[in-house]
Amino acid sequence: MSQTTAQTSSGAGQILSVPALLERNALRFATRPAYREKEFGIWQSWTWAETAEEIEALALGFLNLGIAEGDFIAIIGRNRPTLYWSMVAAQCVGAVPVPIYQDSGAEEMAYVLEHCGAAYVVAGDQEQVDKVIEVKDQLPNLKHVIYVDPRGLRKYDHHQLHQYSHVQEQGRAARDEFSGDLAARKAKLTYDSTCVMLYTSGTTGRPKGVVLSNRNVIETAKNAAEFDTLSEREEILSYLPMAWVGDFIFSLGQAYWCGFCVNCPESEDTMMTDLREIGPTYFFAPPRVFEGQLTNVMIRMEDASPFKRRMFHYFLNYARKVGGLILDGKPVAFMDRLKYALGNILVYGPLKDTLGYGRIRVGYTAGEAIGPEIFDFYRSLGINLKQLYGQTEATVFITLQPDGEVRADTVGVPAPDVEIKIDATGEIFYRSPGTFVEYYKNADSTASTKDAEGWVATGDAGFIEESSGHLRIIDRAKDVGKMADGAMFAPKYVENKLKFYPDILEAVLFGNGRDHCVAFINIDLTAVGNWAERNNIAYASYQELAQHPRVLETIKAHVEAVNVSVAQDEMLSGCQVHRFVVLHKELDADDGEMTRTRKVRRRIVEEKFADIIAALYDGSEQIATRTEVTYEDGRKGAISAVLTCVDAKVQSSFTQMVAAE
Amino acid sequence: MLDGADSYVTEDGRTIGGVVMEMKNITLRFGGVVAIKDISFDIREGEIRAIIGPNGAGKSSMLNVISGFYSPQEGEVWFRGTKRPPMKPYEVARYGIARTFQNIALFDGMSVLDNVMTGRLNYMKTNLFQQAIWKGRAQREEVENREAVEKIIDFLEIQAIRHTPVARLPYGLKKRVELARALAAEPKLLLLDEPMAGMNVEEKEDMSRFILDVNDEFGTTIALIEHDMGVVMDLSDRVVVMDYGKKIGDGTPDEVRNNQDVIDAYLGVAHD
Repeated sequence: MSQTTAQTSSGAGQILSVPALLERNALRFATRPAYREKEFGIWQSWTWAETAEEIEALALGFLNLGIAEGDFIAIIGRNRPTLYWSMVAAQCVGAVPVPIYQDSGAEEMAYVLEHCGAAYVVAGDQEQVDKVIEVKDQLPNLKHVIYVDPRGLRKYDHHQLHQYSHVQEQGRAARDEFSGDLAARKAKLTYDSTCVMLYTSGTTGRPKGVVLSNRNVIETAKNAAEFDTLSEREEILSYLPMAWVGDFIFSLGQAYWCGFCVNCPESEDTMMTDLREIGPTYFFAPPRVFEGQLTNVMIRMEDASPFKRRMFHYFLNYARKVGGLILDGKPVAFMDRLKYALGNILVYGPLKDTLGYGRIRVGYTAGEAIGPEIFDFYRSLGINLKQLYGQTEATVFITLQPDGEVRADTVGVPAPDVEIKIDATGEIFYRSPGTFVEYYKNADSTASTKDAEGWVATGDAGFIEESSGHLRIIDRAKDVGKMADGAMFAPKYVENKLKFYPDILEAVLFGNGRDHCVAFINIDLTAVGNWAERNNIAYASYQELAQHPRVLETIKAHVEAVNVSVAQDEMLSGCQVHRFVVLHKELDADDGEMTRTRKVRRRIVEEKFADIIAALYDGSEQIATRTEVTYEDGRKGAISAVLTCVDAKVQSSFTQMVAAE
Repeated sequence: MLDGADSYVTEDGRTIGGVVMEMKNITLRFGGVVAIKDISFDIREGEIRAIIGPNGAGKSSMLNVISGFYSPQEGEVWFRGTKRPPMKPYEVARYGIARTFQNIALFDGMSVLDNVMTGRLNYMKTNLFQQAIWKGRAQREEVENREAVEKIIDFLEIQAIRHTPVARLPYGLKKRVELARALAAEPKLLLLDEPMAGMNVEEKEDMSRFILDVNDEFGTTIALIEHDMGVVMDLSDRVVVMDYGKKIGDGTPDEVRNNQDVIDAYLGVAHD
């Protein structure tokens, strides 16, 4: 370990910032592709040399606009090369890029822009510009807005509004005046200067601005790249929100460290097609994406011809038996290998190709626990899908699963140079080169999260498995509670089991401090809708479908099956679901019920639907409720519904059995 | 209110030019039925002109007169300063007029891309034989036209369904594809027959935005028929109101909204 560290400091000694990495890549990988974007149906590409020129022109344009060192530049929009370039150009002129979730409403955006005092905004299109203009009055620091896509913006007042390409043109025209300044500003960048500021999605409370230095980004990008031996030949698809730390590290940190190519989809809707066309070798997706794809595959197989369906299920069952072992390099009988190879020609290969996973060398999932069945499904096909555990404050990587040591229920071993300790309450702490600098303008939070020695509290409870040295996460430390009888209450454990069913999109378990557990369930409209169509069940709305007696029956069966499996766990058998409702609306980030990264905000859901929870506990059979909803454009409305509370059969738990004897 | 060929600038900064099309005392009969009775109005360059009215008022007939599909028994249609003779549909297309239909008229079995490509027919000069060989000019031509079509696909945000057969699309998207095909012809005047009929609120909002963007981006003059009052009042610069084949109002949305005849036609009055 110490040897690697020594190499590191000398190796990275020359390169102290992302702009310096860009300069290196423009020389070393001059003619290799750095970015691709599908536009007008064709993949356009830029080499590293071209990228360096684009970024330089933009940085000169920024100087021309008067951007000062230390200014914050907000970046809002979908993943596009131009927006990645804006981040690096901002770094080149000594400013700090602040990517913002593009789907956040104007008010959420106003909070972040106001908090960092952003002086400049680079927006993707009219939609984003409109949001900024809407809240302009709350932003005294805002000087200029730059937009990429001019559509619909021609007639706007252009005193403070500039087209991206014009800023670049002006930058190119002013090269003689500013190139000296630009070089001087780049030279001033150090390993400790701020690389980026990312706002946490805020499972609780207001988002916090996490300041990451060049050291954080470059060291972690390098360590993780070496861990998985990434090279300049990787291809990745950048489709996750640019404001999320993962995208920043994969699409910027590691892309610049390794020099690999970042591919941007044509639009959000074409992501799956683009994924297939690119065939990434290094891929990251939250469990949600893998779940969604598996659901899709299963639905489509239902519609396939009987022969194909039988072949699919036959080989899939077979893969489940040996696929994972083969991938892990474990011994497998010759006949099994032969049969697996046949399956690969007939089923796995074509399936992987359709999904766009044909070339994946390293795939990661993180953010939420992934259902073991889903995880094993992809691994059995021969896709090297692994788990990692990380957070914004750690510049992503805390633990990673090494090749050959992959399991669904752990998150791996500490990443290179990361130290981990578990305190008495079970909370996980880490210390690493990626440990964030501070929360911007929030010294209290910084102090309560990071101690003087640099240990950071993750807020997650977990333990290190003694046999393997892998970390296992139980739940958010603050979500783990106790039931009235003192048994452990770990909601996520049960919710994840429920969410494995394609019919169930989301589940929320309640029961902290109570004597039994109840649950909210969201149906998955795609899966249930398809099922309804095949069974001739007519419905007029999401609400009606959600309350359909046959849907409730199906969900009840799922819940009872989960209860059986939960009952087998000695520690958590108290968490069985006694009653549940299928909610009349999808939990949504626009209503504040989820974060933008789609994690359930438990407290808010609990408060908002207090009447339904009460009904579940007092034994009523139905509950009439009215819920306020926010539409995408910010307008509010309300929906009313009558929900049926369903009783589910529970298994007598281990402790109860003991008590009965 | 408006006279001559003077151009003016609207509140939102769009320039409205002189008259491009003028309908003079149009009367259209089908046998004994008088569909349109002595109607005159004009359409100015760059404006969004709406034709509204209750069911059976003669709106679609009026649009068909503008498009040249019907020849009125009386009256004259003037286009860009000259009186327009009766024309065949393909001649109308060459005049720079394109339209969408109330009941979607796409080629169901063809992909979105191919449907939109048919809108480029007037820009293809090579013959069937040359296209079959697909060398030199024919190839160049297809690439050029495909590029124009791709820009429209990007503009209307239908990249994800580029290769989907039209029959598999939901209604709202079909309407958008029809708009794409009309735009592919690069029309000077775009006629939209109930572009928002049968759509939900979200689809209507999308469509409204696209109509405004088309007008804004390409400077296309748009004449549209629509039932949804909210949409019409938000979108259009001027409105013609028809009832039983007669024109009962003409002016800005505000003027029309306060016109007693229009209120009567929509809310109903006791006929004596």
